[in-house]
Amino acid sequence: MTSSPTPAPDSTTWIATQPRNRRRRGPLARFIRKPLGVAAAVLLLLGVVASFAPSLLTSIDPQAADFANVLSGPTAAHWLGTDSLGRDILSRIIYGTGPALLGVLIAVGVAALVAIPAGLAAAMFRPVDAVVTRLNDLVMSIPGIIVLLMVLALSGSMNWAMVAVGLLTAPGLVRVVRSSAATVTEEPYIAAARVFGVGKWKIAFRHVLPRIAGPILVNVSLIAANALVTAAGLNFLGLGLTPPTPSWGGLVADGAAVMNQQPWTLVPSGGVIAITVIAFVLLGDAIRDVTAEGWTAGRSKGASITRATTVPATSSDDAVIESADALLRVRDLSIAFPDADGSARSVVQSVSFDIGAGEAVGIVGESGCGKTITGLGVLGMLPGGARVVSGSIQLDGVELLELSPRERAAVRGKTIAFVSQEPMTALDPLFTVGYQISQAVRVHTGASRKRAAARTLELLEQVRIVDPKRVARSYPHEISGGMAQRVSIAIALAGAPRLLIADEPTTALDVTVQAEIVALLRTLQEETGLAVMLISHDLGVVSALCERAVVMYAGQAVERAPVGELMSTPLHPYSAGLLSANPHFATPGSRLQTIPGSVPPPDKWPVSCHFADRCALATEACRVGPIPLVAVAPGRASRCVRVDALQTEGVAR
Amino acid sequence: MLILILKRVLISIPLLFVVSVLVFVLQSFIPGDAAQQIAGPQASPEMVEKLREALGLNLPVWEQYARWLGEVLHGSLGTSLLNGQPVIDALNQRLPTTLSLVIGSTVIATIVGVVLGVISSRGKGAAARFIDVLSIAGLAVPGFWLALLLITVFSVQLGIFPATGYVAFADSPSEWLRSLALPVAALSLTGVTAIAKQTREAMLDVQASDFIRNLRANGIPESAIVFRHALRSSAVRIVTISGLLFIGALGGSVVIEQVFGLPGLGTLAVSATTSKDLPMIQGIAVYFTLIVIVVNLATDIAYGWINPKVRTS
Repeated sequence: MTSSPTPAPDSTTWIATQPRNRRRRGPLARFIRKPLGVAAAVLLLLGVVASFAPSLLTSIDPQAADFANVLSGPTAAHWLGTDSLGRDILSRIIYGTGPALLGVLIAVGVAALVAIPAGLAAAMFRPVDAVVTRLNDLVMSIPGIIVLLMVLALSGSMNWAMVAVGLLTAPGLVRVVRSSAATVTEEPYIAAARVFGVGKWKIAFRHVLPRIAGPILVNVSLIAANALVTAAGLNFLGLGLTPPTPSWGGLVADGAAVMNQQPWTLVPSGGVIAITVIAFVLLGDAIRDVTAEGWTAGRSKGASITRATTVPATSSDDAVIESADALLRVRDLSIAFPDADGSARSVVQSVSFDIGAGEAVGIVGESGCGKTITGLGVLGMLPGGARVVSGSIQLDGVELLELSPRERAAVRGKTIAFVSQEPMTALDPLFTVGYQISQAVRVHTGASRKRAAARTLELLEQVRIVDPKRVARSYPHEISGGMAQRVSIAIALAGAPRLLIADEPTTALDVTVQAEIVALLRTLQEETGLAVMLISHDLGVVSALCERAVVMYAGQAVERAPVGELMSTPLHPYSAGLLSANPHFATPGSRLQTIPGSVPPPDKWPVSCHFADRCALATEACRVGPIPLVAVAPGRASRCVRVDALQTEGVAR
Repeated sequence: MLILILKRVLISIPLLFVVSVLVFVLQSFIPGDAAQQIAGPQASPEMVEKLREALGLNLPVWEQYARWLGEVLHGSLGTSLLNGQPVIDALNQRLPTTLSLVIGSTVIATIVGVVLGVISSRGKGAAARFIDVLSIAGLAVPGFWLALLLITVFSVQLGIFPATGYVAFADSPSEWLRSLALPVAALSLTGVTAIAKQTREAMLDVQASDFIRNLRANGIPESAIVFRHALRSSAVRIVTISGLLFIGALGGSVVIEQVFGLPGLGTLAVSATTSKDLPMIQGIAVYFTLIVIVVNLATDIAYGWINPKVRTS
């Protein structure tokens, strides 16, 4: 009764790819391209033929005893050998197919008829859900084998036993139907259908059922496999069938009786069961894949970059301010993800910046601009196939990109530490706060358990937690979001790092808590000389903490400036837009400006100015070619050809 | 936590009731009865009828059930219709065999499955495929057939393990282990593959979570991330599957006990069904249901032990 619920295809991909799904093949055409699925289908078709017309496949009578060739093993006359009475094993297998497949059909049919309506009803009608779940738990706790033995004793018929198998395996299918239908019903088009007054049952069968066909089919194929093996097991025990009639389980039992003289007899009898089960599973998988492809465009998973595309050299940075004492020095950093066809799709293009010891630098921009990827690149923890295609990352003069993975891991926590956005998921829910801090302390300082415990309390005090002893004993779900973020910072501080990368550390918090966390970071910076790389979409947070900022847009650094000057005279239209869209800096009573449009996905980035399509100042010159980042004032750089216009006119606020 | 356990125990009582009613109702439909069976084919109808009255089989089903329930409330499960042995004695005598087999196979399946699952979650491509292939094999190879193959190789050919029979732990611990080795192996294959696949999937899911990224970003060594944090997070799913496997193995044990000639509840269930020994079947159903209830309870307790959120709520 194994069931593996497969999640429904991702809804957003589906919405996004629908209009682009031009050359969608028919389901049959897609199925034919799966060799394993086709082989399984052919085999099962053969089984159907054997069920209805066994004489088409063999001319030998399954009951005919050939006493001259008892227990013969495979020969020309008996391809799979003979049993203890000299009966042809192949013929007995073929004649046993009908009852075996009929049993599977009954079990699957009963399970589907019960489970699909029950699962759909549970997903769509709340009161039904409670009843169905209870009933499900009840049936799953019934000792199935006892019920089967009783039904067999009661009716003496395998078919009734298979009805019972169907009922007993239905709960697994109910769960799959219920959970996948529940995800589908939350999608916008189902909600829309509901708004238009389409009846619930109609929605369930017309719109929901086809979408969850994949997981259902996989589970049904598992039920079929389970039913076949169960039936064979009962027949093996000698139940449900009268001896001379051939059955697959009975054949194994016959083989077991003579296994000392002729072990071969076990091979074909058990083999046919195993092969049929494999066919069920492979067919279910193939059909699942076919239906899934119908809903999502084929996207190759786990791709790696095979063709390196060079990043346009002209997008590079000509205006780096050389500072001799930089702790972190990032130069022309370009990061790319593998595309479906194996080429590199760059998501960060030639980004350069410095962070001095004890300095706080903000990386600002909307989501989708490459800020977080830049931070992960510095940590050496790029996700899913992404890699640095060019550039340099130096920490204290050491080139990080030349280190081995092990050496880079050693940098993490000790020199560079990390705090993430969502404090409630940033901590392991299964361990106490104290354990998680002291684990980090012990890893980085090699302290004893006792010393680490003391240090843990110190760290909690350092992040201004009032009752450190109580908090250390708490689990993450027992503390507030703001406190969890303080704990995350304490963990990051455990290795006494020199640089803290804080990725949107305040975004998920209430406004008052945000201010407290910013204040805490500022205090820590002053107390410990910690440098901070603050990744944020919020210029307000950046201005409260940082001396300098790098504004990123669509993979590029578009402006670099001291924070004060950036706020008073932004020299890139995007910086100006971010500023006027920020409620912190709005003039009371006036309407808050927003930047029209949104950050385009990396495959839509032009070679010329990435921002031109959303920019009020854009001219023809912006769309001709790559725009360089150039020094526009002491300590300031901008990637805009219309800096002059910006400086004279200012940006319309 | 204590309230949670109490609640589960209270929910289990109706379950026992439902199962026992179900067994009674089903049983009453079975053509022919124990009286016929005991008296034998040569007995005269009068003799059978007398026997039937003596055994109380002539009463309506509900009255038979009421009588049975009365006995249960007095701590008895009646006596076997075949040989008059108290059902509880017969069951208790055979319970250790079945429990050894089922617990053994669940434990082995969990340990081996977790090891394989963790290894494959760390590997790419080939390791993942290996688990996929293995899990199909786990479904496809019927336990009883695997049992026969194991006997052929390890008993008949190599003579390492006995083909049949059971030695109690109290008699000889080493012989007990030897007598269980093959049955446990045959019964645990499906479980190994199921656990391996679930472990792999759970580990991969956990690895994608925020807190694992944070641990790695702050320099916690990979071994601690995998074995302490990711594995513990995956444990909830693994425990769920282990619980289901235990219940599945209980069913599978019926066939496996038959193959290896183990004197357990399974062989008793088969013989009691064929001879229509109602009190015995009833008793086995009650025992199986009790075992299921205990396993579900143990699973719930394990959830609480793993997850502090469950523990404190």
